[in-house]
Amino acid sequence: MKNQPVHQGRLKSPFHSRIAQLDTVNEWHQWKGYSSADSLYCEDTEYFAIRNSTAVFDLTPMTKYRITGPDALDYLNRLVTRDMTKIRPGRVAYAVWCDDQGQVIDDGTIFHLREGEYRLCSQERHFAWLQAAAIGFDVTVTHETEDIAALAVQGPTSFSVLNKMGLAGLDELKPFGLTHFDFQGTELMVSRTGFTGDLGYELWIDPDKAEALWDALFEAGELFGIRAIGTHALEMARIEAGFLAAYMEFLPADETVRTGRSRSPLELGLEWLVDFKKPNFNGRRALAEEKRNGSTWQLVKLDIEGNKPAHNSYIFDNARASRDNIGFTTSAAWSPVCKQNIALGTVRAPHGKPGDTVWVEIYYQREMHWNRNMARATVVDKAFWFPPRRGATPPGPY
Amino acid sequence: MASRYDAIVVGAGHNGLVCSALLARAGKNVLVLEANEQVGGAAVTREFADGYSVSACAHLLYQLQPEVRKELKLSPRLASEDMTTIALSQDGKHLRITADEVVGASDEDAEQYRRFRKRMTRFADLLRKYLNRRPPRLGTKDFKDLVTLGQLGLDLRMLGKDEMQEFLRLIGMNIHDELTERFRNPLLKGAISLDAVLGTHLGPRSPNTIMTYLYRLAGNHGRAGAPHGGMGSVSEELAQAARSAGATIRTKMPVKRILIENGRATGVETEAGERFDSYTVISNADPKRTMMELVGARHAETGFTRRIHHLRSRGNAAKLHLALDGLPRIEGLAKKDFAERLVIAPDEHYVERAFNPAKYGQSSPEPVVELTFPSFRDESLAPTGKHVMSAIVQYAPYALQGGWSDGAREAFTLAVIGTIAKYAPDIEQRISASELLTPADIEREFHITGGHWHHGELTLDQFLFVRPVSGAAQYRMPVDGVYLCGAGTHPGGGVSGAAGRNAARTILSREKAA
Repeated sequence: MKNQPVHQGRLKSPFHSRIAQLDTVNEWHQWKGYSSADSLYCEDTEYFAIRNSTAVFDLTPMTKYRITGPDALDYLNRLVTRDMTKIRPGRVAYAVWCDDQGQVIDDGTIFHLREGEYRLCSQERHFAWLQAAAIGFDVTVTHETEDIAALAVQGPTSFSVLNKMGLAGLDELKPFGLTHFDFQGTELMVSRTGFTGDLGYELWIDPDKAEALWDALFEAGELFGIRAIGTHALEMARIEAGFLAAYMEFLPADETVRTGRSRSPLELGLEWLVDFKKPNFNGRRALAEEKRNGSTWQLVKLDIEGNKPAHNSYIFDNARASRDNIGFTTSAAWSPVCKQNIALGTVRAPHGKPGDTVWVEIYYQREMHWNRNMARATVVDKAFWFPPRRGATPPGPY
Repeated sequence: MASRYDAIVVGAGHNGLVCSALLARAGKNVLVLEANEQVGGAAVTREFADGYSVSACAHLLYQLQPEVRKELKLSPRLASEDMTTIALSQDGKHLRITADEVVGASDEDAEQYRRFRKRMTRFADLLRKYLNRRPPRLGTKDFKDLVTLGQLGLDLRMLGKDEMQEFLRLIGMNIHDELTERFRNPLLKGAISLDAVLGTHLGPRSPNTIMTYLYRLAGNHGRAGAPHGGMGSVSEELAQAARSAGATIRTKMPVKRILIENGRATGVETEAGERFDSYTVISNADPKRTMMELVGARHAETGFTRRIHHLRSRGNAAKLHLALDGLPRIEGLAKKDFAERLVIAPDEHYVERAFNPAKYGQSSPEPVVELTFPSFRDESLAPTGKHVMSAIVQYAPYALQGGWSDGAREAFTLAVIGTIAKYAPDIEQRISASELLTPADIEREFHITGGHWHHGELTLDQFLFVRPVSGAAQYRMPVDGVYLCGAGTHPGGGVSGAAGRNAARTILSREKAA
């Protein structure tokens, strides 16, 4: 085995030079060892780039594993709860994976790159679990986070930008599809995926070509309002789309210490991802039992009255908070595009059915003094933001 | 058209036979498939040289459970009974150790031995009670489990406050510390050390070796016997009990895999491609082989297969069989003493030193040996006037550095014979044939992963509630219809039949409940 130098300090994404050049606020955080921008200008401006033009977000720190070998499909089919045999080459699947107790370890996307060759992407790192899951399978799991530079290109004009960049035939690409292009002699993979709930793409390329890709993209996007964004803007879009985030809507099961602090896919509203027709997958027995006996928790999307975001709020089933709370919010935001006060939360089943009214205890500060507001909230079924263009093929020029 | 059975037992080891006999007696249509020609698994008698036969693996019977004997009406004929352990000394002043007393040691040591045995026997009896039950599950609401757990707590408390504290102090401890606190006589300390570590990858200073010693005692207070005709005769008797209860036993039928359809067992397929159908498949194979090779990791969940994968099951005990022209001369030993159990473990440090190289994947240059001359009382095993020697030898690590090449095998054989020759100088001239079975051979010939005679190290982390691993400790694998009944399950190895009996009872009671 060859010794490799250990990185000391923060890693820099291959796009760092370009992001640093655009950056005006110098606000960074650490994401799995990488420096990642909170924002570059102002998060509202960046947010509106997502919703009104094109936003570019550096995805490189996202965890990526390559899964290959004769048993790759069987391996993934046991790993995740959904049926992977339905995911053909050139398709991407949103998936969730559980431990033996049916508790969610993480969610992520699985790219069927070519026949029998997959990439699994997630926010957190899972090498130990993926290795354990490989016992008894003829499969190779390779950590390739640092070997691939990735950008999310999201927003209504994203198709136009990429089209202008010369990616011919991209209009055929359906949501959750992926395709390959030649970019200056290097393979560029483009998938129609994202974390914004809007029309958008993700671009994957060799890190050596990262800067060239960035430059080409921004040149093509100049007249389409392209703008680099940081995590804060993306987070608002993520909540509008109703997507889950690890450490927000759930804790990875292998990170919890206390019983009852993890969540099952059924409790996270992901039953559509759990295929009980599969004879075996990690967590199947426990989930089947939960399905019979009922879940403890229920994830809710809340449409809340007023305009004060319900950060860290308890949820009650009555306005007087006369009984114990039934849960709490996990993510909250004022949604500029929906003009709604929205939140994701977790409540004790059987509370939290679509259409239910609950009450959210919101604290907010005004000139140092704290105010408390019991706000009426409605449990909604659908994502807060789901524009038709997200699903349209061809997506159309904006 | 494949034939359908109520239950298929994979492997006719002694536990598989006990299990199938009990199931057949309860009216089940049972099929037993054995890979080898003989039934018995590692409890067989084999001819290893022309005219010389010997128990191939297990050679002493000290744990066959009275419950098994009674329920299956077994009465194994013993060539030697209640054997005395003779701890050999090079100067001929051997020590004679029985369950109750030690002869040849100082009065003080003899008195200490009585006290030691009294306490150990009391603890072993407590343990014994739980050998013959399904181990309870922790964190369950199952009434039977709760009762067993409650009883276990109560039984511990009933030892009395002081003895309970002693039990809890000793159970995880190493035997070496206890022996050096009590005894002076090195032979005595060596012999008990050997008893505590035989069949394990542990030295007398390894934690947990009091538990392994207690396990040995729990069978029959450690009283050993040698079955007439070798251990194979016990297996034959068990097979006879199974057959007369209606079970079908077919040998030379290696099972390739347990068939799983839609998440449940539907039968087995043999290496020859023959298929037998049953919704209940009971594996007498070790847990690792059962899960990884017969069932397949893809049919269970990751946490479970990871635990099975990490099960420690690397054997360290080898068997050496010698065909002898006549009995060797051992100074200080009367002729009748050849019916007893002889041990070479001159002191407690010797045993630990023998273990040292095994930690690093090397065999012991000066091994510890348990010797028997089964032909002394049993003429069926050797030509008239000639003898066989059956020895368990430690340490011979399964994963020997460089592998068990011909050279490595010869070197280890010479080391063992050289060690025995220190006590029996003429042994070398008497040898007409020899056979060494390393754990690697035992794995190959008896299909036991790692060649470990307990199918998995017998330590507290792989005991009772968590034997072989949590999620399968009640003989049920987390794949519907697949059960375990071998030594890898509670309580463990040794020709006891307890695992097979517990498994059969679990399967029958589940059926009743359903």
